Amino acid sequence: MSESGTSPAVHARRSDLVRGLLALLPAESVLHEPEDLRPYECDGLSAYRRLPMVVALPSTPEQVQAVMRLAHRLRVPVVARGAGTGLSGGALPLEDGLLLSLAKMKSILAIDPVARTARVQPGVRNLAISEAARPHGLYYAPDPSSQIACTIGGNVAENSGGVHCLKYGLTVHNVLKLEVVTVEGERLTLGADALDAPGYDLLALMTGSEGLLAVVVEATVRLLPTPERAQVLLAAYDDVACAGAAVGAIIAAGIIPAGLEMMDNPAIRAAEAFVHADYPVEAAAILLCELDGTNEEVSEQVMRVRELLLQSGATEVRTARDEAERALFWKGRKAAFPAVGRLSPDYYCMDGTIPRRRLPEVLERIEALSKAYGLPVANVFHAGDGNLHPLILYDANRPGELERTEELGGRILELCVEVGGTITGEHGVGMEKINQMCVQFRPAELEQFHAVKAAFDPEGLLNPGKAVPTLHRCAEFGAMHVHGGQLKFPDIPRF
Amino acid sequence: MDQDLSRQLAERVHTAQAAGMPLRIAAGNTKAWLGRPVEGETLDVAGHRGIVGYEPTELVLTARAGTPLSEIEAALAEAGQCLAFEPPHFGDAATLGGSVACNLSGPARPYAGACRDFVLGTRIINGRGEVLRFGGEVMKNVAGYDLSRLMAGAQGTLGVILEVSLKVLPRPAAEQTLALEMDAAAAIRQFNAWAARPLPITAACHDGERVRVRLSGAEAALRAARRKLGGEVVADAEAFWRSVREQSHAFFNGSGALWRLSLPPATPVDPILLQFIDWGGAQRWVYSEPPPWEAAAAAGGHATRWRAGCHAPSPSGGEGRGGGAVFQPLPEGLMALHRRVKRSLDPAGILNPGRLYPEL
Ligand SMILES: Cc1cc2nc3c(=O)[nH]c(=O)nc-3n(C[C@H](O)[C@H](O)[C@H](O)COP(=O)(O)OP(=O)(O)OC[C@H]3O[C@@H](n4cnc5c(N)ncnc54)[C@H](O)[C@@H]3O)c2cc1C
Repeated sequence: MSESGTSPAVHARRSDLVRGLLALLPAESVLHEPEDLRPYECDGLSAYRRLPMVVALPSTPEQVQAVMRLAHRLRVPVVARGAGTGLSGGALPLEDGLLLSLAKMKSILAIDPVARTARVQPGVRNLAISEAARPHGLYYAPDPSSQIACTIGGNVAENSGGVHCLKYGLTVHNVLKLEVVTVEGERLTLGADALDAPGYDLLALMTGSEGLLAVVVEATVRLLPTPERAQVLLAAYDDVACAGAAVGAIIAAGIIPAGLEMMDNPAIRAAEAFVHADYPVEAAAILLCELDGTNEEVSEQVMRVRELLLQSGATEVRTARDEAERALFWKGRKAAFPAVGRLSPDYYCMDGTIPRRRLPEVLERIEALSKAYGLPVANVFHAGDGNLHPLILYDANRPGELERTEELGGRILELCVEVGGTITGEHGVGMEKINQMCVQFRPAELEQFHAVKAAFDPEGLLNPGKAVPTLHRCAEFGAMHVHGGQLKFPDIPRF
Repeated sequence: MDQDLSRQLAERVHTAQAAGMPLRIAAGNTKAWLGRPVEGETLDVAGHRGIVGYEPTELVLTARAGTPLSEIEAALAEAGQCLAFEPPHFGDAATLGGSVACNLSGPARPYAGACRDFVLGTRIINGRGEVLRFGGEVMKNVAGYDLSRLMAGAQGTLGVILEVSLKVLPRPAAEQTLALEMDAAAAIRQFNAWAARPLPITAACHDGERVRVRLSGAEAALRAARRKLGGEVVADAEAFWRSVREQSHAFFNGSGALWRLSLPPATPVDPILLQFIDWGGAQRWVYSEPPPWEAAAAAGGHATRWRAGCHAPSPSGGEGRGGGAVFQPLPEGLMALHRRVKRSLDPAGILNPGRLYPEL
């Protein structure tokens, strides 16, 4: 990939932009030397890297407006960035673009314990909200595993979820109001401090829009009372299908667990080796089922779920004896990504969602694909809501292995679509899954997305090239699939 | 009775857009009064009906827009499940499509979520007559913009809803409603204090004299909560909550102009207005002749003219029931964005034009 500054046109634009920015922001908030740009070259998907032309770090909404007006006047594309933990290349910079980091806007503006809301700047970390709310017995429910680092702005852009979203919802269910700045630098309020707002639900439209529609400069989120009690059970299975059936049985019994997670054998082994959570390493799969609510409710449900797990063929069911053991059960799951990461030089995290009943079949087919590509896959699964995270292990230093990994990943996502699911549950399309968008949506639907984008950003200056592919790109991607002779790996069976 | 009219409906829209002929989308006609009057040829979607998929253990139901709500609720009840947002019907003919288009939710709304929170996917006809599918039948899905949720509350101005996939939930094991005497100001304080504690509350309202609070969950949890809350057990609780949801409660029989105020839940009560407080303080019904736009906005919320007074001037000049706007006026910049969003889905402006605002 070309370094910024190689072309004279980029060079001239950069000087204009830097000069303009220095009139708006203190010098330390404008970065343009290659060594200063380096930390921004990728997000959590480190296989994709590119240096931005310039980085701006505004500290107020007014500065964001001024920066956006400047960029708009100069027709410089803008990519917003929170903590850069995104896993789909959503915050990947543009070499002729401005990277707008919201990292300096990290104040919690207000906690209202009576109305149960928090008003925060976009760069506030997810976990910081719950920490600030804790003295009032309240918390912010969506809890992505990256919550110590990721920002609320990024959460809104990706509609992030966590292990508790089956019961407590995704970001879209927990945000009341957003202050946004448009590509032209105009400030708008979407949503309200009330439970709904007049007009179209642009708050829902903004949520999950991957930084393509506007820049979030403030968010008001809902806070919930901390449950009286939470209890977690761990069940081991020697058959993945039984574990899948157990999930259906719990829900059929009318119980909505606070969290319901599954890990397959490779993921269990990796987690155990990493954090020593005393996981049963011989099991084909484990289920973690957390129940929360009032004391009485939890006591009753723990008994019923225990029974259901045993009936569904669990070889072992453990109930955490105390808070320390509960934390230990979760520790292995929460550390699953880095744990798997220790097994190989690189790993690639996929994010498909499937109808839960198709799980055994999908896991079988992923295993077959894994064998065919010669790349091991470990599976971590938000089983309650059908969100599957296959982790592909690879070594980027081996020639061709990254490409093979990406192709395997693409095949897994297409499999998710085929069984009635989606290519991304919570990580977003970004750069990464843009080709698979062509599989999930038809041309008229993609055109509709582009039309909606144009309603916000007619010139396509906000995070261009991400999330929604052009029809042209889909045509090329389609050609690759169709013309058998040109397939990259013709020996690999296609399902 | 179940039939798929997608193709015929799409053709109608296609023809209408070519002719620039506005369409008035209708099905059960139970919510036609909610919104400004629409001039146009009627596009009847009531015949496009039937549950097309329901898998209780997946917690998802998919049905065509014309499917009666009662049919859906009966199918769910059979499997011990429900629509947790408790959609008001406002008549036997209420359909799924109309409910989603109006984004109406019942007393459980602050605790369980709104209609829009349960929308997982839709199939729609846009203003170009194209049948498009957004979202899906899975709980989590961030592929593409969330145009499904955008349909909720757009009242048909952005697309003809053909099919909706909804998240459904198990019915609670048990329910109990308690009544406590207190005035409105005390009720607001109480609602907010309760909501900040881990209590199994799923509805809370104040009728001017007393609070009714509904508890849902395991029997043991209800017993424990009742000890904390106090009050008298209400005998015919289900009928009571239905009367609140369907507005058959005596409060709604008044003859003045009825307004819905959607407010931050701790907003102090207006001592002058006669009001019914629902949604734990977040939804208030008031009778008021002057439009309460400013007061609602000043409190951080908004107002909707729900029903014009009996003696109000007749709807003339396209200004809605009894004259005047129906929905809270939008700030200029936001309205401009609304217009562009509308044009992106309905370039010829033929879908329920003017139902929300004259400009849309
Ligand atoms: C170890 C690990 C575990 C993870 N676990 C989860 C998980 O459990 N659940 C989950 O959902 N995700 C998870 N993620 C993914 C990631 O953390 C989330 O997508 C998160 O919301 C990204 O936040 P961020 O601040 O890092 O955003 P970034 O990565 O900086 O940006 C993400 C996207 O948001 C846009 N953006 C950022 N800020 C703004 C703003 N203010 N206005 C407009 N657009 C903006 C960017 O342009 C980009 O498109 C995980 C990631 C890692 C590395």
